[in-house]
Order: sequence, then structure tokens, then C-alpha cells
Amino acid sequence: MTDTLTNASSEPEYPSLAACPACIATPAAVDRARAAAVEKAARIMLSVPDAHCALCIQTVESDLEKMPGVKSARLNLTLRRVSVEAESGVSADTIAKRLEKIGYPAYELDPGQLSMTETDKQGRDLLMRLGVAGFSMMNIMLLSVAVWSGATDATRDLFHMISAMIAVPTVAFSGQPFFRKAWAGVRNGRLDMDFPISLAIVLATGMSLYETFNGGHHAYFDAAVMLTFFLLAGRYLDFRTRAVARSAAQELAALEVPRAIRLTGEAEEQVPVADLRPGELVLVRPGGRIPVDGIVVAGQSELDRSLLTGETLPVFAGPDLVVTAGAVNLTGPLTIRVTAAGKDSSLHRMADLVAVAENARNKYTTLAEKAARMYSPSVHLLSFAAFAVWMWITGGDVRFALNISAATLIITCPCALGLAVPAVVTAASGRLFRAGLLIKDGSALERLAEVDTVVFDKTGTLTRGTPEPVTLDGLSTEVLAIAAALGGASSHPLAQSLAQAARAEGAIPAVLTEVAEVPGYGVQALWQGQRVRLGRAHWVGAEALDVTAAYLGIEGQAPHSVAFADRLRDGAEEAVAAFKAQGKRVILISGDVPGAVGDLAARLGIDDWRAEALPEDKSAAINALQAQGHRVLMVGDGLNDTVALTAAHVSISPASALDAARVASDIVLLGASLAPLPEAQRVSVRAVKRIRENFAISFGYNIIAVPIALVGLASPLIAALAMSVSSITVALNALRLK
Amino acid sequence: MDILAVLIPVSLFLGLAGLVGFWWTLRRGQYDDPEGDSQRILRGDYDDHPKP
Repeated sequence: MTDTLTNASSEPEYPSLAACPACIATPAAVDRARAAAVEKAARIMLSVPDAHCALCIQTVESDLEKMPGVKSARLNLTLRRVSVEAESGVSADTIAKRLEKIGYPAYELDPGQLSMTETDKQGRDLLMRLGVAGFSMMNIMLLSVAVWSGATDATRDLFHMISAMIAVPTVAFSGQPFFRKAWAGVRNGRLDMDFPISLAIVLATGMSLYETFNGGHHAYFDAAVMLTFFLLAGRYLDFRTRAVARSAAQELAALEVPRAIRLTGEAEEQVPVADLRPGELVLVRPGGRIPVDGIVVAGQSELDRSLLTGETLPVFAGPDLVVTAGAVNLTGPLTIRVTAAGKDSSLHRMADLVAVAENARNKYTTLAEKAARMYSPSVHLLSFAAFAVWMWITGGDVRFALNISAATLIITCPCALGLAVPAVVTAASGRLFRAGLLIKDGSALERLAEVDTVVFDKTGTLTRGTPEPVTLDGLSTEVLAIAAALGGASSHPLAQSLAQAARAEGAIPAVLTEVAEVPGYGVQALWQGQRVRLGRAHWVGAEALDVTAAYLGIEGQAPHSVAFADRLRDGAEEAVAAFKAQGKRVILISGDVPGAVGDLAARLGIDDWRAEALPEDKSAAINALQAQGHRVLMVGDGLNDTVALTAAHVSISPASALDAARVASDIVLLGASLAPLPEAQRVSVRAVKRIRENFAISFGYNIIAVPIALVGLASPLIAALAMSVSSITVALNALRLK
Repeated sequence: MDILAVLIPVSLFLGLAGLVGFWWTLRRGQYDDPEGDSQRILRGDYDDHPKP
């Protein structure tokens, strides 16, 4: 298989021919050119969502490295992206096309992505601090074990001294993330988890230093470093989850480049959409998306508004029709006079609505935040109370009282708390990623677990969004042959789909002459001297059906009609059935006509459906449900869903969705099937259960360990045991999720 | 107990060596793609000779 792939792709392609005409002449010239390009080589990043195996690495890398102008290529499977080092003549577009040809659809990532390297740097920084803490912990532990097993006097003091030499620089270096956050919190008048953490680390180190210099028995260097290590581990896990999510968000944002063709006099020029002014003329070619609100001035075509309104059927577009940004132009070129662009366009108003809904959602408090709110004040109170009480009992022995107070801070063990959530979220999102779901936001998992109502969009979500012929049984072989040929000549979705279906039936496209597309009506041609037409009912001369249909007319014969239906997305039936089996309320809200929506609802067994809903209606319906105390999961893909997606408690959109919808949703479904959705919900419920269990475990340890610390019986050995055992239990409990 | 004078520096040196090793692997980007690396060992090419 590899052989055929490499053979097929090893045909020389010279996309950058103009840049280097001599390159074809001699292979040596290629090498020289490559060597010369070393300095100006550019790094191009592409997202390759389908890469998943060892063979993928081999196929992608070896193929790209054969491409002229490419110096090296490396596929990162963890982030599913390929990084290509290439000469300046090679564009990301040509690489993407080449990858597409060998079966890996690729999307360009924003080349000026500064934040990406920033993310990498942050990750390495955290990992370095974690590594330093880990190595120090092991070394100090070696020395501590010697002390615990009975080293005394000079030996003990020496071991404490060496521990201090390792621990103080380690804490100063590895503890920085906590110190910085705690300081920022204090300045803003907040006490979050980082404050007790920093206090425990600093107090433990300080007290131990003092004890060391005064020949004391107990030093908590191992505890201080261990605390840093376990907490950094939690931080790093948390960071990785968010980094994967962030890279996904970047991929989504980089997919669409907002440019338009402006007509000035006779000339056409490519300009950013932001530069367009009302009154100017823009040209939209077939297949292009309308970038602005406006009025059609010239041209005839059909518009696919499914992403805007949820309608499956294209609508006719001719002069004087008012069009909105976001619709896709299908058959003929259209010249549009801009009435609103940029901030005033309907697209932008939608974005404003999304921003409003987003503000309302940000109030969600995660379990970790709730725990921290309870934990921080109580631990400070406890430790201060211990200090005060022991000052009173001992009659003012500051050293002893401070020792107890530090031991209490260490032993209340925020490390289990710091690991409790990140460990579970990492395990759960890893599991969901393998099932084809990408969590963009950590709290989405918790929100998903609370869902009791599921709202689906129709077009593009429950259905594929592309109509397919219901049946071709009534058509003769001859008619099918004409349908295959005529349909293939048009870019209209109905025609394309008819041609495909006809070919699938075994039809060999008939030989046609004078094929011409009549924008807005259909396509016509001559077949054996007779006129044949495929298109609208009255143009073909047929009786219009009340369902989606295309009509095929052959001169001298009665016209044929082919009815179309939107096919269900894979897994839609299973997903709806599974949600209902889980006792969730399932609702279908669509912008399409009642007939189409009702049919689909009946097929899927959804009793509760609404049709012809405007974007505002969708979000209003969701808000009404949430006002009744329901937690709504919204699944949608269109522009008309974005407000609803943001308003819902948690939202999912398929990867095929418009980028605005994917940005607005919390979870992106990477595969084509909807089947993983109920499973994801089950995983999230289990994950939240694990998080709660982990809190209970660390609370349980505290109940046992805190009284020991308070009465002054805590030794560094007990602190180390309590800390490591609780952290490990919590991490193991998280792993049970698999 | 004189052995301590040898053993402690040795253990500190070994710890430091491990840390430097870790620092080196981190700088070389060996933790950037754990999933890809676990698949890469299954590749057949470069079995006979290292990647140029």
C-alpha cells in the first residue's frame, strides 16, 4: 500500500516552478537551491486531524519530503499537526492539496501564530520546574530516610544542611508559578488555592532552615519539595489539557480567511472584508461565500442558506434580492452592492449576541473553585488557631508554636486537592479525544455531566446537510444516463447528488452537446438532437411537487421528477435513542419548513420539535428551558445556531460546522458520526463522580492527619507519608476512569 | 562513617547528572509528542541506518 502511495505521489510537481526554473534541469541544482534556501526557510504548520497511526507518520512525512522545496517535515501525533520546513516559494496551500491527495485533509494554521510557540515555551517551563522538583525530592528523600532511621547529632545536622542546600534553590525555582499567582491574588484581594500553597512551602522551608541552624530534630525540607512536586504535576496536567484545547481553537480560527473581490470600474481586486464600504460592488463567484449584507445588482444564481437559516433547499437569487453575509453562492456569478459590511453586517450582529450570551455563561463555578473557596479560609484559620493555642499552652514558645502551625499547613495537604481535578480531567478528556470529541474548556466536562435536556439542530447536525435522491426506481437506463451527464455538468447540490446517485446505479453518462448552465434555472443540453433540461419545475415544464425535487425534461417525453431527502448523519438514530434511554428530554429546533422537520422528528422518535425558528427563537427557547431549571446541551452547526450554542449550559458542534459555531461551542465532534455523544455524557458523569470521590479521599486523609498535627505529634515522616499516599490514591482513582 | 564523605558527593553528583540529562532531553523537544514517539518505534525505515 505504501508503494502505490509513494509511486502515485512521486510524480514530479513543481508548484514553485516560476521561482526556480533551473530546478528541473539538474538534481544538483535542486540541492544547491535547497542549501541556499536554508537561511530563508520558513516553517509552515498544518493541522492534520486524520493522522492517528505509525503508518500515517510514514506516509505523510516521506511524501512531503519528496516535495520540491520541502526541507523537512515532522508530524506531531499528540497535537495532530505537521510542521514543514520549506523554502519561501512553497505555500501552505500546495502542501495542503498534496496531503489531501494522499488522503489526509489538512488545514493551514495561522503562520504568524506567536501564541503557539508561547504555549510550547510555557509547557517546557513547567516541565523543567517539575523535573527539578522531582530530582531534588529524590535526593532529599535519600537523606531524610537516613535521618528517620536514626541518624543523630552531627550526622543529622549534616544531612539537614545538605538537604537545605538542595531544597532552598529548588523551592525558589520550582515554586515560582505558585508564588506569582498567590501574589497576584493577594494584590487583587483574593485568597485562592495558591496562597495556602505558597504559605505552606515558604513556612516549611523557613522553619526547617531555622531548625537546621539550631540543631533541631525535625526538618521538613522533603515535605516542602514534595508539596511543590505534586502540585506542579497537577498544574502540568491542567496545562496540557488546556494546550490541546487551545491548539484546536487556533485550528478553527485559522480555517477561513475573510477576503472579498471588489469591483472598481473594470478591475477586480482582492481586499479584506473589513475594508469594504457600503455602496461598493463586490463579485461573488460560484462556490464562494457572500462576505457582506447587500443587494444583488447583476447575475442570476442560487444561494445555499443552510448554515444561516437551516433551510436545506437553495433559494433563487436574481437582481434586487437582498442577501445576507454567510450564504454560499452556488451556480452563477453575482455582483452585489454592499449595504452593510464589517461591524454593521448581520454576521457581526450575530457575534454581538454571542458575546452577550457568553458573559452570562462565565458565571459557572467549577467544583475545584468551590473546593478552594472552602479550603483556603479553613486551612488558614486552623493553622493560626494551632499557633495561638500552643502559644497559650507553652506560655509564649514561638518556635514550638510555629512548628505546629507549619506542620498543620503541610499536612492539610493541598497536593491531593491540586491533583484531584486535573488528574480526572486529563484522563476523561484523553478518553473522549480517542472517541473523537475535543473538549475546548475544562469546565465543559462538569457542565456536560449536569445535562438533562438535549436540543438538536436539524440541517447539518442530525442530517448531513446534503440532499440525496429518495429513489431512482422509476427511471429507465436511458434517462439515468442523461441524468448522470446533465447533473455532472452543474455545481448545484441537487444536480451533483443526482449525478452521483445515477452513476452509483451503474449509469454511463450519455454524450451531450451544447451543455449550458442557466443560472437560477438549471442546466440544459442537446442529446441526439433533442433538448434535455434538468432544473426547476416550470422551466422544465413539469408539475411541481411539494417536496424537494429536481425535474428532468426530455423533448418529446413526459418530464420526470426526482424527489430528494436529506440523509441522516451516521449515528443520529443511536444518539437520539441513547439520550432518550438515559431519560433525557430530546428537542429538535430547526429553521427549516415544518414538513421537513416533522418528518425527521417522526423518523427519530422525537416528540418535541419546532420549525421555522429564527436564531433568536432558538436561544429564547433554550433560555426558557434553563429558566425552568433544566440544563440544556445544544448540538448545532450553523451560523443560526451560534447564539443558541453560547446560551446553552454546554454545547457541541461537529467539525464540519461553520467556524463561528465551533468557536461558540465547548466541545467539537471530530468524526462524522453522532454516536459518541451519549457516551461522552456518560463519561462526563463518571468523571464528575471521580472528582467528588477524590475530594472525599483528600478530606478523609485530613480528618486523620490534622488532629495528629494539631496535638504536636506530626513528624516529617508522617507528613511525607500522608502527602504521598493521598496524592497517589487520588491519581490512581482518576486512572480508574479508563 | 568516613564512607559518607565519598557517598554523599557521589549521590549528589548522580542526582545532578540525572537532572542535566533531563534538561537536555527537554531542550531537544523529546516530550513534545509522546504519542507520536510511541508510534515511531514501529517504523521500518531507518532500521539499517540512522536518519541522515
